[in-house]
Amino acid sequence: MALSEPSTQLLTVEGLKIHFPVTEGVLIQKQIASVKAVDGVSFELRRGETFGLVGESGCGKSTTALAILRMLNLTAGRIVFEGEDITDYDDDQMRPVRKRMQMVYQDPYGSLNPRMRVRHIIGEPLAVQGVNRRSNEYTARVDELIDLVGLLPDMADRYPHEFSGGQRQRIGIARALALAPSLLICDEPVSALDVSIQAQVINLLMDLQVELGLTILFIAHDLSIVRHISDRIGVMYLGRIVEIASQDELFDHPKHPYTQALLNAVPVPDPVIEAGREEQLIQGEVPSVRNPPQGCHFHPRCPVAASVCRQQEPALLPSTSASLVSCHLVHSGEHKSGHGRSLRAG
Amino acid sequence: MGDRLLEVEDLSVTFRTDRGIVRAVDSVSLHVDRGETLAIVGESGSGKSVTALSILGLIGDADSGRIEHGRISFEGQDLIAQPDRVLRKIRGNRIAMIFQEPMSSLNPVLTIGKQVAEPIRLHRGASWAEAYQQAGELLKKVAIPDAVERLNDFPHHFSGGMRQRVMIAMALACQPKLIIADEPTTALDVTVQAQILSLLKELTREADSALILITHDLGVVARYADRVTVMYAGRIAETASARELYANPQHPYTQGLMESIPSLSGTVGSRLITINGQPPDLANLPTGCAFAPRCKYARDLCSRAAPILESVGDDHERACYGFE
Repeated sequence: MALSEPSTQLLTVEGLKIHFPVTEGVLIQKQIASVKAVDGVSFELRRGETFGLVGESGCGKSTTALAILRMLNLTAGRIVFEGEDITDYDDDQMRPVRKRMQMVYQDPYGSLNPRMRVRHIIGEPLAVQGVNRRSNEYTARVDELIDLVGLLPDMADRYPHEFSGGQRQRIGIARALALAPSLLICDEPVSALDVSIQAQVINLLMDLQVELGLTILFIAHDLSIVRHISDRIGVMYLGRIVEIASQDELFDHPKHPYTQALLNAVPVPDPVIEAGREEQLIQGEVPSVRNPPQGCHFHPRCPVAASVCRQQEPALLPSTSASLVSCHLVHSGEHKSGHGRSLRAG
Repeated sequence: MGDRLLEVEDLSVTFRTDRGIVRAVDSVSLHVDRGETLAIVGESGSGKSVTALSILGLIGDADSGRIEHGRISFEGQDLIAQPDRVLRKIRGNRIAMIFQEPMSSLNPVLTIGKQVAEPIRLHRGASWAEAYQQAGELLKKVAIPDAVERLNDFPHHFSGGMRQRVMIAMALACQPKLIIADEPTTALDVTVQAQILSLLKELTREADSALILITHDLGVVARYADRVTVMYAGRIAETASARELYANPQHPYTQGLMESIPSLSGTVGSRLITINGQPPDLANLPTGCAFAPRCKYARDLCSRAAPILESVGDDHERACYGFE
């Protein structure tokens, strides 16, 4: 797992920065600051894997997704998708690329046009790419997709309001798969669904991945779901990635103090384990991205921060063969990796 | 234990809607003892919030809701029969509520100090000066930095987590015997969620108050609750101590919920066990047990009449005809 062949990489994101200007004034707008939503993010997606991106609200995970789809302009950095550098592509150049990367959105209510029949919602990407809506090809593909996501054939001619949240999310997934993409970006795909429905959608995504050989970028804040579905996981904090590791390494041996705090903060659905856990809370809240702290962004809340953390930004460097960590103290050996033991029964 | 603070018996609440009468809460009975934390768990539409609003006497008038029948007894006093004048002396004083959205539950044009001081003035008859002084103390207690200076700030100066701390301070202002927290942390990040819930638990323990925690998060329940009531489609499916419920769930819905959440310690990559179908439409409930259409053990009997809550062990009740 140490060094991957270039051909196994589907997507490479390098030094990605997305800064939004903050302006003042009505007629003459003057930039007074910038929101550094994403501030130097690098990772790669390997073909066929599910890469989980976790972090709290405002950490930049959704902005990263939009940047990969090139729906935002990059402030700095490089995005290479299937060997093609798409960093500077304009809309016309992106259109054929977007066939191969599609998105499933968080809100199954807001992301479907209420006035379109399900058939045409699912078929719209085909129509955009020039397939005639009256053609047999169009109808056959839509029917195939409806079946693929576990909806019934007679549902094709209904409207979104006739469906429950879980079914709507299936419609959203079918639409994303219409053009047979190689990369599926799922931004919080189950967080708006009831608990008993979440599992259905997670199972569907995992089945589809195997069946279609998809690569999935799975963005979520729910760690137990991310752990369940992901091969590798990146943890973001305030616009930067603090740790990337394989799923078992991250949960068994979290290294970055923030990852450790995050894992500790998530309650485990088992009162016996909970009773035996020591609650180690980190103080404070995530600072504003308008004015992030100097050095390591996590240092004001970090229980082990040293003076170097306040001055220098740590680099994301290999810590073990299965993990990359961005922490001065982990690199110097002063901070030890945690253990996932507290999460396990017995 | 056994020192009853609140007892709800056979509570039913209906709402008039465009689609007919909707029974949001149906024959719910539960109790809370002094000093304990009861979690009410359920999905959207299960009736957990309406149950809470009924306890506070906030059903009716504007929202076309009506308490059909039932008894709510708090410290031995029946709340349902009371006029608003009496309830107003109880709300915010002996029973306090913490709402889900700290953003919209605070008045944006009043200072934080004024909002925290108001219940103290109202219920304790304190002067504004005294009330402000106590408000400062309360903000200190909920760990707001520079508490006294921040009394003059407005809600928009506070972050989400800080606003929720303010809500807790308001709830604690009159040392209530019962605090009802309706999804108090769903709008917050996990690291902040842990801070807020631990604070709430600690302060309620300190004040010997009881807490009703309404949530859909089974992890939160496991960490903070003493007892759990699981609701489905307006009815109680199961009630037990937290340990008993997780170790030995007796209702097929509870079992399904437990199995469908990927745990942080479970097997990775395996298929999750799902509950088939969709949560029911309250305006169009099946006869009999509302869970029967999704239940893998359903029999003829289940669709004839809804099962009532029966004891299946020590402080453990479920509403199910049983299954093998």
